[in-house]
Amino acid sequence: MIQLVKNDPSLEVQKLTMIESVNLALDYAMSESEDVTILGEDVAVNGGVFRATDNLRAKFGVKRVMDTPLAETMIAGVSVGMAAQGLRPVAEIQFMGFIYAALEQLIAHAARMRNRTRGRLTCPLVIRAPFGGGIHAPEHHSESTEAIFAHVPGLRVVIPSSPKRAYGLLLSAIRSNDPVIFLEPKRIYRATKSHVINDGEGLPLDKCFILRQGADMTLVTWGAMVTETMQAAEALAKQGVQCEVIDVASISPIDFETIVTSARKTGRCCVIHEAARSCGVGAEIAASVSESAFPYLKSPITRVTGYDTIMPYFKNENYYLPTVDRIVTEVLASVKLLAVGKEEQKHVNL
Amino acid sequence: MKTLNFSISYEQFLEPNGSLCSALPENVRDTKKALHAYQTMVFMRAFDYKAIALQRTGKLGTYPSILGQEAIGTAIGHALNTDDVFAPYYRDLCTQFLRGVSLKETLLYWGGSEKGSQYENCPNDFPVCVPIATQLCHAAGAAIAMKTKGLHHAALATCGEGATSKGDFLETLNLAGAWQLPLVMVVNNNQWAISTPRQIQCGAETIAQKAIGAGIEGLVVDGNDYFAVSHAVQNALQKAYSGKGATLIEAMSYRLGDHTTADDASRYRDEAEVKTAWENEPIKRLKQYLINEKLWTQQQELKYLDKVNKEINVAVEAYLNEAPDAPESMFEHLFETLPKPMEDQYAELQAQSLLSSSQKICESSSEGVTHDTTR
Repeated sequence: MIQLVKNDPSLEVQKLTMIESVNLALDYAMSESEDVTILGEDVAVNGGVFRATDNLRAKFGVKRVMDTPLAETMIAGVSVGMAAQGLRPVAEIQFMGFIYAALEQLIAHAARMRNRTRGRLTCPLVIRAPFGGGIHAPEHHSESTEAIFAHVPGLRVVIPSSPKRAYGLLLSAIRSNDPVIFLEPKRIYRATKSHVINDGEGLPLDKCFILRQGADMTLVTWGAMVTETMQAAEALAKQGVQCEVIDVASISPIDFETIVTSARKTGRCCVIHEAARSCGVGAEIAASVSESAFPYLKSPITRVTGYDTIMPYFKNENYYLPTVDRIVTEVLASVKLLAVGKEEQKHVNL
Repeated sequence: MKTLNFSISYEQFLEPNGSLCSALPENVRDTKKALHAYQTMVFMRAFDYKAIALQRTGKLGTYPSILGQEAIGTAIGHALNTDDVFAPYYRDLCTQFLRGVSLKETLLYWGGSEKGSQYENCPNDFPVCVPIATQLCHAAGAAIAMKTKGLHHAALATCGEGATSKGDFLETLNLAGAWQLPLVMVVNNNQWAISTPRQIQCGAETIAQKAIGAGIEGLVVDGNDYFAVSHAVQNALQKAYSGKGATLIEAMSYRLGDHTTADDASRYRDEAEVKTAWENEPIKRLKQYLINEKLWTQQQELKYLDKVNKEINVAVEAYLNEAPDAPESMFEHLFETLPKPMEDQYAELQAQSLLSSSQKICESSSEGVTHDTTR
């Protein structure tokens, strides 16, 4: 579906997948600023193994879209150098499972460059990496280890959950003068299409998105799990439980205010994430909600997450990934636990 | 059968006794420059001793001495242009000084303040890099930026020989060859990575030959010979400016001091080896050369030492009198603007900072009244 708005051909509403909207945002950002430079393994001629950078080499040339040697430490390290010297590198790490070689550069340098030079040098880089399970990929291709980065002061960690948010958040990440780890849930790269206007409009990097209003329980999630969480919310609504669904989107720095406000309103909170449970971002959210909304809570804050195990190979990955059923069960248990008020009992339809 | 032949050259001009073992090439014949190099090396060694003394008396944090590395740093500092970008490690006092990093800034850095990396005079240079070899990637990134922007400048990074075992070094070297980057990598091979000697670090005869595997030029120079380092670095920079790619220079030196003030090298290395190394050190031979050439006298030396010691004392005073950054500064340079979610933590620190400063005020005012209280 294509429709012209205000007679400006750039403002057409397109129905895009997430991977297409990532490509569109990169295209827009590269047209907007000559400093935006793409580098990574197989990103140029091949357009990236998921095609996120498709056609950009042809459009912007070899100096701005660069196939690198196969070396993740170097990709992150030269990105730090490029960013400190006036470029805006957008580096792709082909899969998050291979990002660990880049950790020293990202943690010891990207995160610290501004602080250690008191703002003399900055590090406006974006590291894009597909992450998460659910596409029957080989070993090392399915982990969700965003908490590693969320723990590092000085890094922004951003995770889109829809084509539209991927477009707006990626544009803001590239324009940001801070280093951004931009993790793309590859399970939903092509799962759905949504309307995207190529108007260059960025989305804020310090705000959660409330995707669904509800009075009974707050469901907090991000990335691919937004899909299951929304489905669970629909199913629960049919049983009379109205859930508020929050897409955190920027998991660091994280907008606790929106989450806490919602938890105070609903009195119940469940965090859903694909990553392992212990020391995950869910624990941080639970702690903050407990600190700031305790008197309002009617039941313990709960989590539906991946297990504290190695991500199983794909034959068993569906047992690891949180399902709609697991979310529904957890929410019903929470709601029943302290559903003592008459109003609530009616609501829950026990 | 086809055989490929590679070779590594070794360059030296100045003997330890101050005589020339081969004629000086054109680009190091400027006697004014040689004199300035000598003076810089003397100045920096005097500062180095002072910095160690400050650490020993509790006025400076852990400090890595540059003793014996003065020729390398000074030659690099002389060769670089203002528009080039320097990515140092932590034994680059001489280069940084010549780039315009003030002694006060150096003291502030090792004295525990982020203010020490503000580098008013060389705003594009990278700060001192502690995580080994990581700075080589940054220099390559700077070289990419220059290439992208069509600037005919170069990036230069230094490291020790220990760093050449790390992936960051090898990955940068490989990229520099594949992309023909305007990059110069100088390895200060001072024989010791804390307690690990050169032979444990790598089985190759030279570090420079690692360049062959990356398809770039590699050469060895006498790192105690200002002329040899200067010649090699100038040539490498000219090559970079003219788009002919990267160079790896291995400068042979010796770490005459401990790794840092927190180290005691007598635990792991032979005193006799250090004694021999002192015979080859870089300052003595350049001094003898200058005296032979009638460019320097002992009287001039005494006068010069007096002058630099005064300068050092001024810098030390300025450092010791520098007010520390406000505690809140730890938040203020983390992101471009303080993210809203962090405002609570910022306020928490402010309250703590306010409390501790008001306690200090109370303490000092109560001290003042103790004498005439008769409670």
